[in-house]
Amino acid sequence: MAGASGWTDLRARLAATGYVASDALAMALHLALTLGRPLLLEGAAGVGKTELAKTLAGMLGARLIRLQCYEGLDAGHAIYEWNYQRQLLAIRAGGDADETRVFSQEFLLTRPLLEAIRQPEPPVLLIDEIDRADEEFEAYLLEILSDFQVSIPELGTISATSRPHVILTANGARDLSDALRRRCLYAWIDYPDRATEAAILAARGPGVAEKLAGQIVGFVQALRREALEKKPGVAEMLDFAAALAGLGVNDLTDDPAALHATMVCLLKTEADSAAITPEVVQRLAGRAA
Amino acid sequence: MSRVTRFPARAGGPAARLSDFIDHLRLNGFALGPGETGVALAALTAAGPPTPQAARMALRAVCVANAEQHARFDDLFDAFWLNRGRARPAPPPRRSQERPTRAPQPFAAPADGAACAAGAAAEADDGDGAADAGGEGRLAASLRSVDTARDLRAYADPESLAEAERIAGRLAKAIRDRRSRRHRAANRGGALDLRRTLRASLQRGGEPIDLRRRRRPDRPMRIVCLLDVSGSMEVHARVFLAFLRGLMGAQETARAWLFHTRLIDATPALTDRDRLRAADRLSLMAQGFGGGTRLAGCLHDFVERHAAKAVNRRTVVVILSDGCDAAPAGEIGAALARLRRRAGRIVWLNPLKGWRDYAPTAAAMAAALPHLDAFLPAATLDQLAALEGEFARL
Repeated sequence: MAGASGWTDLRARLAATGYVASDALAMALHLALTLGRPLLLEGAAGVGKTELAKTLAGMLGARLIRLQCYEGLDAGHAIYEWNYQRQLLAIRAGGDADETRVFSQEFLLTRPLLEAIRQPEPPVLLIDEIDRADEEFEAYLLEILSDFQVSIPELGTISATSRPHVILTANGARDLSDALRRRCLYAWIDYPDRATEAAILAARGPGVAEKLAGQIVGFVQALRREALEKKPGVAEMLDFAAALAGLGVNDLTDDPAALHATMVCLLKTEADSAAITPEVVQRLAGRAA
Repeated sequence: MSRVTRFPARAGGPAARLSDFIDHLRLNGFALGPGETGVALAALTAAGPPTPQAARMALRAVCVANAEQHARFDDLFDAFWLNRGRARPAPPPRRSQERPTRAPQPFAAPADGAACAAGAAAEADDGDGAADAGGEGRLAASLRSVDTARDLRAYADPESLAEAERIAGRLAKAIRDRRSRRHRAANRGGALDLRRTLRASLQRGGEPIDLRRRRRPDRPMRIVCLLDVSGSMEVHARVFLAFLRGLMGAQETARAWLFHTRLIDATPALTDRDRLRAADRLSLMAQGFGGGTRLAGCLHDFVERHAAKAVNRRTVVVILSDGCDAAPAGEIGAALARLRRRAGRIVWLNPLKGWRDYAPTAAAMAAALPHLDAFLPAATLDQLAALEGEFARL
């Protein structure tokens, strides 16, 4: 892996599967893979944090195991749980059901974290929106991320058969603990610059003409400079391009009504829709053209 | 390559320089342990050809831990490694031990404090003159004549102080966290605890006869208090100190800071069982009581230095202040916005709000409002007692 310039290779391989990564992001991912450390990605919503994990899994040909975090997530949902119903049935059905049989692998429900360390091949483990889980859950995670093993009282310790590539994402709903941050490499993903965004549209977009693609990117970039509650991310930009392509628009300035109708792809709050009036849309479109 | 810093010959090899760099980052507030130095070396090795750009990106991935550090990293990197070809002195022995001590800020003009205490909370501090000064003056005068007699400042006798302490104790107990989604084993509760039920059924030959239950526990919220003891708050200070002692007595994990132009940790003094010694310690801290306020600055210091340890999502931050500040209003908004991201709830108790017709016109107060969960009056003991309902709802 640590070839002459591993990270440029990695960037090229990501680009081949349709993910345009910045230099800093490619380097961080390369280091995470080489040093075997978790990678913590932060950035606004819709800049491609989750997408990176999916792309990485596709690129490595590995399985993607995803744990979506939410407030109140606990060990029973993230690590393992016993299948109590089956255990009860087994005890009642067979007279010979004793404790050792009931607490065996057969009755264990694996949840994402346990599943990730029991794969024969290293999977990509995506822990999505870790800042939504509460702080106690971070503590669970510390144990697993540093030792890659899970202790089950009835069964003993299960060690990792392979070390997953861990990617955590956060978008700043709350500050993460320093202990967790210290165990991870860190990369901040910003909104892409114009050239990068054009490359993303070319790689992922619905095959729009070059002129329109330039206009779309210019328009979205200008829109991000407006005072918005929620700036449109890359995903929104791609939706916008798809919508325009679907409506058969060839030039942003052609059809003001259609353009304004497609703003639903980019503006996701009521205040933003109110702030970006048709006149503002026209002004931005005129400048992008 | 002339921009690259020249290192003195007696400085060590790359490893020593790298550990100096980590030290440099630590001095600038990055939380890096010795482990990170090792990882940084490994990262440089893994990063491929040693160009400045690759090294920068590799070190950034290892050393940076949040968005704010991400923004500062480039400057710090340049300052250390690309010092325009200037020679870097050999590192002085263990600089990191001596923290830069903050020089005490000069007190704000006493006029500010006086103006606030008189209730002319409006624009006296920042003097942008937007408000109608004459109108404010009349308002202040009327407020003073009506409400002075029932104000907290009248309650400085021992019984009232004891009452304030009792009220605070009740408030502290009223704050419970009802957001827990985790379950605990309990004798009574809504949900069955299948794991324990099954375990218990083994005694009965596999028949689940003894049902075990679980429920969501209420957890106490930790309280963190920030009490303004500047000149404008001086008249309220004794009652509020008693109030604080009540809060601290009710909860072992509660912590308190006093601030005027500086921020002082009052937790040890307030939790002292020996009343006399506690009073001595408080009066030692009181040097500077009654001076100006550096409200935004102190809040900023608190967020920067103490919030990481003292505040989490299960914390209620109680700020006791009249919101009179000499700094531009934007600063307090920024400090509170940062605190907001760490804290569960932020409550502001303002003694001025108890006054009739009070509107949060002080620029600092107005800037703070959007970040608060509750903005409550605290001018009389009755009002303090009435907070119990509000706190229970937090």
